[in-house]
Amino acid sequence: MIFERIGPLKTSAINLTETEYLLPGNRTCPGCALSLAYRHILKALEGHVIVTVPASCLTVLHGMYPVTSVNVPCVNTPFASTAASATGLVAGLKALGKKGLTVLAIAGDGGTHDIGIQALSGAAERGDDFIYVCYDNEGYMNTGNQRSSSTPVGVITGTTPILGKQQGQKDIATIMEAHAIPYVATANASYPLDLYEKVRKARTIQGTKFIHVFTPCPPGWDFLFGDTIKIGRLATETGWVVLYEVEHGNFRLTAASESIARRGTLKPVREYLREQGRFKSITEEQINKLQDWVNTRWQHCLDRAGNS
Amino acid sequence: MNGTDSVSLKGKKTDRDSDKQIIDGNQAAAHGAKLSRVQVIAAYPITPQTPLTEKLSEFVEGGEFKAEYVTVESEHSALAVCASASMVGARVFTATSAHGLAYMHEMLHWAAGARLPVVLACVNRAIGAPWNILNDQQDSVSQRDTGWIQIYARNNQEILDSIIQAYKIAEAVYVPAMVCYDGFVLSHAAMPVDVPSQEDVDRFLPSYRPHTILDPANPKNYNLVTLANPRVNTEGVLCHGYMELRYLLHEALQNSGETIIKVGQEFGELFGRSYTNMLWEDWLDDADIVIVAMGSLAMEAIIAAGMLREEGHKVGVLGLRVFRPFPTTDVVKALKRSRLIVVFDKNISYGSEGATCSEIKSALYGSGVNAVVRNFIVGLGGRDVKARELADAVNKSLLSLKEGVLSSQYSEWICDI
Amino acid sequence: MGTRNCHHICDESSPGIGEAGRTGEWRDVLPVIDQKKCTPVRQNKPACYLCWLYCPDTVISKTIPLEINLEYCKGCGICAEVCPVQAITMVNEDKVL
Repeated sequence: MIFERIGPLKTSAINLTETEYLLPGNRTCPGCALSLAYRHILKALEGHVIVTVPASCLTVLHGMYPVTSVNVPCVNTPFASTAASATGLVAGLKALGKKGLTVLAIAGDGGTHDIGIQALSGAAERGDDFIYVCYDNEGYMNTGNQRSSSTPVGVITGTTPILGKQQGQKDIATIMEAHAIPYVATANASYPLDLYEKVRKARTIQGTKFIHVFTPCPPGWDFLFGDTIKIGRLATETGWVVLYEVEHGNFRLTAASESIARRGTLKPVREYLREQGRFKSITEEQINKLQDWVNTRWQHCLDRAGNS
Repeated sequence: MNGTDSVSLKGKKTDRDSDKQIIDGNQAAAHGAKLSRVQVIAAYPITPQTPLTEKLSEFVEGGEFKAEYVTVESEHSALAVCASASMVGARVFTATSAHGLAYMHEMLHWAAGARLPVVLACVNRAIGAPWNILNDQQDSVSQRDTGWIQIYARNNQEILDSIIQAYKIAEAVYVPAMVCYDGFVLSHAAMPVDVPSQEDVDRFLPSYRPHTILDPANPKNYNLVTLANPRVNTEGVLCHGYMELRYLLHEALQNSGETIIKVGQEFGELFGRSYTNMLWEDWLDDADIVIVAMGSLAMEAIIAAGMLREEGHKVGVLGLRVFRPFPTTDVVKALKRSRLIVVFDKNISYGSEGATCSEIKSALYGSGVNAVVRNFIVGLGGRDVKARELADAVNKSLLSLKEGVLSSQYSEWICDI
Repeated sequence: MGTRNCHHICDESSPGIGEAGRTGEWRDVLPVIDQKKCTPVRQNKPACYLCWLYCPDTVISKTIPLEINLEYCKGCGICAEVCPVQAITMVNEDKVL
């Protein structure tokens, strides 16, 4: 069915294209936020893309030879090399004079913050023209939930099974901003239209674009799979995940973070933490520290938004 | 040295245009890549490969040829860039040495398994610990199981010629190829090299036709997880399991010998230098003692053989040009008259013996060739190898033969221990 | 024999539905839409479609009435959770059969 509207429109569930690039029956867990986020990223690129993925949950989503559940061209690459692979695709397309295709590198927090950070930093420094999406489920989930540098403090994982993670989270978006690339944004699978708009925008910008997408993981974080969207929304409503974009150095809050900044206050962080079994061992002291960290960062974002 | 500094004699050989230049191995390799019209280059500097990357940068930035030169931040990324660019359909080139090759080890396996015709120049250098920037062949030899074609150059002409041929071979069989040459010994030593004309190379080398399709109109995914067992696709065709795909790589590598020889023949017809064999044979017709060596050592061995002939021995040299696929049939044929085979290895498979020695013994097994094989480990970490030392080692082997000691349990190392 | 009818030299994979099999078999609860409450059905025009927007598995069609592909629906329950008018209930498989 075709729905017609008059004038320029902001994307909504009603006018968003029906064309799907993810096919039903893939291997992701029920309620997988990555699957949802990826679905909308590909819609934003209209499937006119070559994707490159490392070892990750996304590899599993893509399926096993000889069948793939994704209707776009894709090159799998070893774990540390996602950004380098994207660079290679871009260089190859340029050398052959093939224009108009977007190259999308998409890796998890493991493949971005940890093993993949060197290649990513190199590509960003060179300004290679592709979109890099980091989907962040705050752990090495494909191998069964071991800690990554994006796992929050206090979390129980396979490699922090008793004491919980001792360190805080690596702030990858800020690291990428320090590379002076033209577009850095944060997004959240629970706000798919905001993610969609950001990918659409990134597509129009020349240079390296980085989008950090928050993707709650039901089995890894220990919550019911039907609650994925609820958990993601709580993350933004408590300031745990701030939605923003930095376009050529100009900072702007977006979607729910923008509305909260204008006319609301953040919910306490503990409302977010208590919904997830992975925080069951977190101490009162750690919660208070987290609340301070969230408050400081929120204030910083408000200051930046006010000054832009 | 750039074009204006090198000694250049424009020559015309029958209907071929060529330009004789005095250049070192790295420059020869750079010319080889440029003439092959590579489209994407990604390389990270490492001694003694560095001048090769710089020469290529100069060619590209100076507008002498059009390529995407990616200044990657590591060797692992260098090969990742090349692999993906090759998937898109571009002709790619990278180069490295020692630790750089080791750093891209994972990607070597990947490029071979993905059946990508990447060409890599390996400027042979010792691996640490301890640090050593000088020549030996441990780096490339220890990658012999990754599924790549391996060609070893004895001199700078062979470097240039082998790189051009490597593209034709690799792109015909869809197996990546590395052209190896000794660091400093060749990479930094200038010698006369016939640099072919671009027109002639264009006639020799067709453009690359990838087997991979990266097109949203016909979406395919590559390098996905593959199961142990064959699995049916959406059309009901039983597709390969992992083992079948790996078998196909092995089969292609094994059979690439035919293509290597055919390409060598075609090269000879156009450029006047034939490469119709996977090994170099010198004085083998009447030899009952054969020296086996690889790379520039094979040239030193010829001098040693000359010395030994003056001393009355019938010595020949088998220079191994292609190490992978190992040319078993050709090796057996070349060695069938020998009673003593002395293999010099600039590498060591620790806990066992030199890799070339193992390959030779393996090739001879069951062949009926009744020769004694002796192995000497030489030249590790740039330890200079003189022809006299090679000749002395052969004499020592002969002595032990006369005394009835048919084989030694361990390789002998020519060093100060 | 065996895989020789397959002419691949590398693992070239083609898109297909149900790569992981009939993922509908994974679930123990399935979504049931109450058409009397569903907004696009009530208004008989494109509206809401939040369940379609939030489905991670693309098994809900953007039609009137919306249809759920039960062959592949994993029964995650996100659609029920996000529906602003509580038109979707997750029901035990046995109860439906």
